[in-house]
Amino acid sequence: MIAESMYQELILEHYKHPQGRGLREPYDAEVHHVNPTCGDEVTMRVKLGDGGKVLDVSYDGQGCSISQAAASVLHELATGSTVVETLSVVDEFTRLMQGRGQVEADEDVLGDAVAFAGVAKFPARVKCALLAWMAYKDALVRSQA
Amino acid sequence: MNGAAPFDVERIRKDFPILSRELPGGRPLVYLDSGNSSQKPTQVIETMREHLAQHYGNVGRALHVLGSESTDAYEGARDKIAAFIGAPSRDEVIFTKNASESINLVAYAFGNPVNTDERFKVGPGDEIVISEMEHHSNIVPWQLLAQRTGATLRWFPVTDEGRLDISGLDELVNERTKIVSIVHQSNVLGTVNSESPILARVREVGALMMLDCSQSVPHQPVDVAELGVDFVAFTGHKMVGPSGIGVLWGRKELLDAMPPFLGGGEMIEAVWMDHSTYAPVPHKFEAGTPPIVEAVGLGAAVDYLTSIGMEEIKRHEKELTGYALEALQEISGLRIIGPRTVVARGGTVSFTMEGIHPHDVGQILDDVYGIAVRVGHHCARPLHLRFGIPATTRASFYLYNTTAEIDALVRGLHHVQKVFG
Repeated sequence: MIAESMYQELILEHYKHPQGRGLREPYDAEVHHVNPTCGDEVTMRVKLGDGGKVLDVSYDGQGCSISQAAASVLHELATGSTVVETLSVVDEFTRLMQGRGQVEADEDVLGDAVAFAGVAKFPARVKCALLAWMAYKDALVRSQA
Repeated sequence: MNGAAPFDVERIRKDFPILSRELPGGRPLVYLDSGNSSQKPTQVIETMREHLAQHYGNVGRALHVLGSESTDAYEGARDKIAAFIGAPSRDEVIFTKNASESINLVAYAFGNPVNTDERFKVGPGDEIVISEMEHHSNIVPWQLLAQRTGATLRWFPVTDEGRLDISGLDELVNERTKIVSIVHQSNVLGTVNSESPILARVREVGALMMLDCSQSVPHQPVDVAELGVDFVAFTGHKMVGPSGIGVLWGRKELLDAMPPFLGGGEMIEAVWMDHSTYAPVPHKFEAGTPPIVEAVGLGAAVDYLTSIGMEEIKRHEKELTGYALEALQEISGLRIIGPRTVVARGGTVSFTMEGIHPHDVGQILDDVYGIAVRVGHHCARPLHLRFGIPATTRASFYLYNTTAEIDALVRGLHHVQKVFG
């Protein structure tokens, strides 16, 4: 019964009812990231406003529950926040995912994303969780370029 | 053949120690991933251990007792494999690392400037024919050949039912065709291809034909002389043997005409500073110290399979496949990718589940029920693109699997649906 702890209710909820899914106009940058080993993919658009405000994160994609739920959670956390704030969340999320289950998650920083803590124990699935978050980071760089 | 004892799956399971191990959390192991790699019986494990413990030495060159015992065991394994696949000559059995190497070895002989044999000459305008249901190992070597030589790569399409579509055979295989290389049994669809109509056309146009038998030699009697093709590739680890050892069978006259693949020790006749002459086959293609213990292990694997009987194994797997096809099709939202009947089909069943990604299916099956299946594209991405899906879940059966294990799979899949439904 190990994996059940990976599939937190919150992850399954986001998978079944993805938030903010669908590509929207206007946007400053669009990126497409794939996970070649399992075929997960995500297309992501970012629209920034004054003062580094994140006005919209829109996305579309296909893949496993972990990869798609991660995109949905990211949308909720990032939209309405700022570039600086969200980058610190991305960093904390990356640290958690790459911690092989040994890293204590900072819930204050991560919010709902803390539900993915169990994924870190499954090295094969870590890249699923990180797919949308890496795409987001890439999109930020491009939109500020 | 010594198929005297009746087929008894419970007795067979006792030969495979791993099948009785417990997984963390006290789960029993339900191993449905033999198409990926099979488990090993005590007979193979012990033969390899015994060789390492008592007989190990390098082969073909050492004059001492161990060298000679090791050489006898290594060459003895070649004899066993030659008999197992009905090779007209033992020298036609080349030991390689795996089926991928076997196919690369053959592809390397084509369009090679040092090979002056007409049949292997490949250039712009020439054609290579494969199929849409190939494993990457029977796609990429031919893509590389096409890139090296400017030849054109073409392929048989696959029907919606998962059969090879040979309706365009006469156009696809024509006087420009140099080689046709297709899979004998698909590692995703389970489809067993009939080589004879294709071979007849290949002979008409004077081309050569190779069969990738990685998924057929372990599961049914395969006689290369009966098949009548020019080259056959398969691998040891899928047929209860160890990994690191594969086989290329080829018609001797063709092997003689082909250039060496890898250069090095043991493949030479004489070496000067500026040129060399080569050993006769099979040694011409076995440069360097070979996987000795692995070859000996594969010999033991062939003995083991023969003692059970390949016809019996085929019959048992057909029974399991029929049972699985029926049970799986009763699950709502489950779509089988491949033939839905046991006709011309082996024990590999791939499927998708509506709204649930195969990685989620595989993870729940493994972690909750200890069921090992393979998820992903199974090294056959073009085939998945053909069916418009990124991945499938694949259950593959072997001589040691039971209908109770298929029941466990069905229960597991119902649970998966509950979690993600």
